[in-house]
Amino acid sequence: MGAVVGTLTMQTKQRRPSRDKLDDELELTIVCHRPEGLELLEAQTNFTKQELQILYRGFKNECPSGVVNEETFKQIYSQFFPHGDASMYAHYLFNAFDTSNNGAIKFKDFVMGMSLLLRGTLREKLEWTFHLYDINRDGYINREEMTEIVRAIYDMMGKYTYPALKGDVPQQHVDAFFQKMDKNKDGVVTLEEFVVACQEDETMMRSMQLFENVM
Amino acid sequence: MAAGVATWLPFARAAAVGWLPLAKKTMPKPPVDNSSRSDEILYVNVSGVRFQTWKNTLDRYPDTLLGSSEKEFFYNEDTQEYFFDRDPEMFRHILNFYRTGKLHYPRHECIQAFDEELAFYGIVPEIIGDCCMEEYRDRKKENQERLAEDTEANEAMDAPLPPHSTPRERLWRAFENPHTSTMALVFYYVTGFFIAVSVIANVVETVPCRPLKGSVKDLPCGEKYQLAFFCMDTACVLIFTFEYLMRLFAAPSRCKFMRSVMSVIDVVAIMPYYIGLVMPENEDVSGAFVTLRVFRVFRIFKFSRHSQGLRILGYTLKSCASELGFLLFSLTMAIIIFATVMFYAEKGTKGSTFTSIPASFWYTIVTMTTLGYGDMVPNTIAGKIFGSICSLSGVLVIALPVPVIVSNFSRIYHQNQRADKMRAQQKVRLARIRMAKKGTTNAFLQYKEDRALGDRDSDSTALCVKNRSAFEHQHHHLLHCLEKTTNHEFTDEMTYSELCMTESVGFRTSRSTSLSSQQGAQNNSTGCCPRRARRRAAMRLANSTVSVSRGSVQELDTLHMKITAIPPQTRSSLNAQLEDLKLNCGEQDFSAAIISIPTPPANTPEESLPPSPAPIPGILRNTRATAYTHDKIKVSSL
Repeated sequence: MGAVVGTLTMQTKQRRPSRDKLDDELELTIVCHRPEGLELLEAQTNFTKQELQILYRGFKNECPSGVVNEETFKQIYSQFFPHGDASMYAHYLFNAFDTSNNGAIKFKDFVMGMSLLLRGTLREKLEWTFHLYDINRDGYINREEMTEIVRAIYDMMGKYTYPALKGDVPQQHVDAFFQKMDKNKDGVVTLEEFVVACQEDETMMRSMQLFENVM
Repeated sequence: MAAGVATWLPFARAAAVGWLPLAKKTMPKPPVDNSSRSDEILYVNVSGVRFQTWKNTLDRYPDTLLGSSEKEFFYNEDTQEYFFDRDPEMFRHILNFYRTGKLHYPRHECIQAFDEELAFYGIVPEIIGDCCMEEYRDRKKENQERLAEDTEANEAMDAPLPPHSTPRERLWRAFENPHTSTMALVFYYVTGFFIAVSVIANVVETVPCRPLKGSVKDLPCGEKYQLAFFCMDTACVLIFTFEYLMRLFAAPSRCKFMRSVMSVIDVVAIMPYYIGLVMPENEDVSGAFVTLRVFRVFRIFKFSRHSQGLRILGYTLKSCASELGFLLFSLTMAIIIFATVMFYAEKGTKGSTFTSIPASFWYTIVTMTTLGYGDMVPNTIAGKIFGSICSLSGVLVIALPVPVIVSNFSRIYHQNQRADKMRAQQKVRLARIRMAKKGTTNAFLQYKEDRALGDRDSDSTALCVKNRSAFEHQHHHLLHCLEKTTNHEFTDEMTYSELCMTESVGFRTSRSTSLSSQQGAQNNSTGCCPRRARRRAAMRLANSTVSVSRGSVQELDTLHMKITAIPPQTRSSLNAQLEDLKLNCGEQDFSAAIISIPTPPANTPEESLPPSPAPIPGILRNTRATAYTHDKIKVSSL
């Protein structure tokens, strides 16, 4: 009888530590982040006050806590590409936006990135793209990084494509890219090489111009 | 896609810049976005409660009323807001859906009202959030079940027979619902009586009666009065067989009927008798025959047709089959365990009654159900300990499934009660609906009378007009148009039925009419207005008595176009109607045959008829009466 009572009490004791952990997690999520003032953001970005207001309202509605963590970001981005697996590319994209490298995108990061991409100069856009491709932030894009990126993009396409993905299409794509970009053939692409090569690319310049008016 | 995703789309499109260096082909042109990017606050007025929200919030769900251009239909230019004449309490929830992306179901609201609101605003109920989805589904299912039950109850039993039903259908209805006709009720009670008689006979058969002369042993009554019991049994079985065959004949689907439970019970109840007849008086077979007689007790189940409660009990047991199964299974397990234990515990003792494990089963069952006959008792200490544990666990195991069965029974019983209550309420509701319908008919007839009056006298018209709404006016005008279209008129039920009855009488007993007038009248009646002819006939009947009493040859025929529903349907009012109609109808609009009595002509109408309510028509009547002499018949057809 005493043994039975003893086992019962032991079980309740074990349960308590896990409950404490839960309380800690709860506390973390309650803390929310507030962006800097509207005027400051307006000065730092190329958006007007109204646009910032609209953007913030949408952002705050989705993330009441004021930050987007990587999981949420991956989920959101995956919803746009239901055919394939967008998680890898979302990861790289997240890192590109998360300029402060703390694992969460605040509104400031979000809006600065948007400002750059939509209202920035050509050079700024190209720099941003370079930073996206440069996964380890060492200032050079090597073949492995590029292959990763290209594979992630092809993953988003999914299995059912036309024409069907046969052979190592990503690798071929990377080879073509390096052919175009790597001027001095040293196996890596620097920022300058990248900018110059892009400016020479007619197709790309035309596409860039089209993207001026996305928002 | 969810609304939240829509917010992130511009971001995803902007990030597409990252693909540009890799692209082998030029990007396609982006779609032109004409809408202004600036946001504005919209005002939504729902029955006086003003809500304000961003336009973007509503645009999140473009396939709903508020998100699409449909809301422009509700835009009020003067107040610069969108006005909806709906429930503001519910609108709060709808708007919250736009704001948060989650639709919640308010528990205190009626499920149908909520559904209607959702349908109005174009929101699909499937997007209700997980927190409220279960509650919503449960309530909806409950509501649907209740509605299905009600419609079933309506159309099933008490509905009147379709007009052209075959005798077979009528017979089936009589069997299923004995309240419909007296014959069915009689048959119902007769069969019930015979079931009771049969069961009692079966029981009394076995009671010991005084022995026959010359014998000492007590005989069961069945053997003493063998012939009497046999005759009674035969009679009962004949009745049951007849009933079964009748049901089989009347059943709409014979296969389904033969498979139903009641039919099986019927068959089992009467089969032993026939088998007994067929089987020879053989020693070997008679043993089996005796067992067959046991099945005669199934006749008592035939009472379930007569008793609602028995049916409910049967239905409950059927619906609790799984709980009962669980009970049985757990009991069996416990019995086997405890029987084994008790057997081995009592194995050693001398003269123990626990001779084998199956023998111990009996002890275990008796102990677990706390019966405790005491025919088998453990003697060892171990046996006593295990015996006590056995009886304690028996109480627990049996008590577990019982509440489930009880709650099921309670639910089914209450459902049944509610069905009966609904049926009673339905009768009241139907009566009220009928009265309301009669009210509108009467209103229409009143309107026609007033219109007639109104043509003549503008003052009274104004009075009548004030009492009716624009809706009623238009409705009555519509009915009037229908009358003109079909060339028939509306009347009320009472008048119609009494005229139908008096029509035949009127034609037969009307006498002292000039042939020509009769012929003319009859031609008119069959030609265009049979109803009027009937009324004429009725009036003829009524008037002929008057004229006969005076001994005059002619008769006063008055035709009244219609009888309003004004309760005092005096002949004066009827005559007044006629006059009115003469006033408002054109000459070719009505057919009337009026033959006035010459000698004391002007007097008789006045004397015989009490003073009419409207003075003007009365004067007119007199003048008319004098205008028409007995040889002048004004006949015009419609």
